[in-house]
Amino acid sequence: MNFAKTDNLLLAGGEIIDIKSGKHEKVDIVIQNGKIDKIGAIEKKGFNGQIIDASGCIITPGLMDMHVHLREPGREDKETIDSGCAAATAGGFTAVACMPNTTPVCDTQEVVRFIKKKAEKLLVDVFPVAAITKGRQGKEITEMAELIREGAVAFSDDGSPVADTAVMRNAMDYVKMFDVPIIDHCEDPFLAQGGHMNEGVMSTKLGMQGIPNAAESLQIERDIQLSRLTGARVHIAHLSVREGVELIRRAKDEGLPITAEVAPHHLMFSDQDLVNYDTHLKMNPPLRTPEDIAALEKGIKEGVIDVFASDHAPHTIEEKDVEFDAAPFGILGLETMLAIILKQIVNRNIISLHQALEKLTIAPRRILNLPLPEVKEGYEANLTLINLNEMWTYDVSNSRSKSRNAPYNGMTFQGKAVGVFNRGLFESNFSQ
Amino acid sequence: MALSNRHLLGLDGVPAEDISKILDTAESLKTILSRPIPKVPTLRGITVVNLFFENSTRTRISFELAEKRLSADTVNFTSSGSSVKKGETLKDTVRNIEAMKIDMVVIRHASAGTPYFLTKCINSVIINAGDGRHEHPTQALLDMMTLREKWGTLKGKKVAIIGDIRHSRVAGSNMRGLVTMGAEVLVCGPRTLIPPGIEEMGVHVTYNLDEALAWADALNVLRIQLERQEKGLFPSIREYHAEYGITRERLKRFDKEIVIMHPGPINRGVEIDSDVADSDASIILEQVTNGVAVRMAVLVLLSGIDAAHES
Repeated sequence: MNFAKTDNLLLAGGEIIDIKSGKHEKVDIVIQNGKIDKIGAIEKKGFNGQIIDASGCIITPGLMDMHVHLREPGREDKETIDSGCAAATAGGFTAVACMPNTTPVCDTQEVVRFIKKKAEKLLVDVFPVAAITKGRQGKEITEMAELIREGAVAFSDDGSPVADTAVMRNAMDYVKMFDVPIIDHCEDPFLAQGGHMNEGVMSTKLGMQGIPNAAESLQIERDIQLSRLTGARVHIAHLSVREGVELIRRAKDEGLPITAEVAPHHLMFSDQDLVNYDTHLKMNPPLRTPEDIAALEKGIKEGVIDVFASDHAPHTIEEKDVEFDAAPFGILGLETMLAIILKQIVNRNIISLHQALEKLTIAPRRILNLPLPEVKEGYEANLTLINLNEMWTYDVSNSRSKSRNAPYNGMTFQGKAVGVFNRGLFESNFSQ
Repeated sequence: MALSNRHLLGLDGVPAEDISKILDTAESLKTILSRPIPKVPTLRGITVVNLFFENSTRTRISFELAEKRLSADTVNFTSSGSSVKKGETLKDTVRNIEAMKIDMVVIRHASAGTPYFLTKCINSVIINAGDGRHEHPTQALLDMMTLREKWGTLKGKKVAIIGDIRHSRVAGSNMRGLVTMGAEVLVCGPRTLIPPGIEEMGVHVTYNLDEALAWADALNVLRIQLERQEKGLFPSIREYHAEYGITRERLKRFDKEIVIMHPGPINRGVEIDSDVADSDASIILEQVTNGVAVRMAVLVLLSGIDAAHES
């Protein structure tokens, strides 16, 4: 990607939105050497540098997606760190955390170092999540201290659960020493085995083996109990079931260090959308029922759910253009997450804009112990510009991802990221 | 003449008029089967490919005979391995076959929804010969044809489907077709073999066989596969037979004739005893004969050829 340097730049006429209060303030921002140099009313005339017209846009701390699959190393035909980050910037993200189910698995310092190195010159901060167990086999825990030292920000066997309760307990006991979270793919592998969609009336009608809600909620409950036992921080990934919302609510009420994320597709679609066996609606956890969506919305409203995360999971056209059972789980998400959250959550008044932005900016970084960007003088210019009124249509053939597996193709959305600033670089007015 | 859909992917959403038309056509085509030379030229020049990605004897032979009785050119493709293992995708396989200029595809596949997927890959007419545990529409049509022959109508009749409902595409299509035709359907089997939410398909549910027998005018007894027991879905064949096996003694408790059907192949002594399967109340062999007639009807009606002046 060609990013311009953020040096001697005037961001004129935008509105800073304060994540805490939701207060809008129309200001100009001068950026020098990647840093926010001055905020206030700046005279354009006589400004000796590039001027970006931000009028009509809101300016927030850079968005972060803490659950993406960048596929590199190993499956560069699906995505690379470079292409995934390009999709991230198009979606308005200045940071991602990438899951370790690569080939080789991100379970050694070398792989963490490789990812950091590959991302070194990009605008997007790439934070590797390392595996909980070696090879994601669910048996022996990884060299967590060393992995953290190299830059791993969390541990997850995402894509697979840690089925053995004793192994998970040890992982939590061990990771507790470093105050780094476990990102928990919750799935009882015995209950879920052979399933391709949610279990319920729709799986009965479509003649498919289902994955019951209990497969997910059982392991959420198990790991809440293990968190109580060990004190470890547990972040529930891609929460999709109503029972899970209740379990997490109770754990939080009890004061346990549990957090949770929800993916936009689990808010947008239900299992009823599977009538045409569209493999672009096949993901794990599967699309659940409208009742689950309602519970997730309630969980968002009541603060049970901390974060929106896309679970961006690229797969090749060939892999998805097959009979339903044969297709892999997962869909693209980076380029559409912001728009879907605006459509499904903000515009429907589930929570306010600044509350939604909090779950897209500060909340994921807080969970991962990362520095929190702020739109303040002296801070790094780590910003996202959003035009809330822009109408746009997602054309997956123009996606910056190397893959095309998105169910959103042709959908029109309102609200779009139109600029990102980070690490001394910026990009604005994306074509996609 | 034509049906409202150019494919037969299942009986879900197929209107009663279409089902009646298929059954009427099948009844008239059935007369061909007992002629000295049971063959008509109706589908001469039409090429039908039978794509069987799962083992099948009865259904494949039945389709092939139906095609031959109608003078269609037929080609058989049988592969039990998945397309992925063969290194060629299903889409490529069917597009290559279609490039050889064919008209209709009969497909059986272990994955639910595969016939629908084929409609997105090729232009040929697609006939579902069984997709996973989803639907097996020609089986349900032949079951309905056989019951209609017996009773003259399906309306208000009570059909109980007994056994492994969860894994049964025969049940999947029979429930839909029978409900559309105004019959009442009850499914009966151990709770582990009844899929969730099935009541929403408009059927009654019981786990008690005697309740089903007391209620039913006809039984459609499904084959029990041994692997279900191995997966722990019921404790033993012995207990299954004791609880759900259709035996003469069990039927004797009810003072009425209950019509007996089975889609085959039968596990004698497991889901049904021989003296019931071979009794006067059994219409199992008529089902098989009607299978050819029903498949002929479906082929003719979907071929686009006006068969009014034939047969």
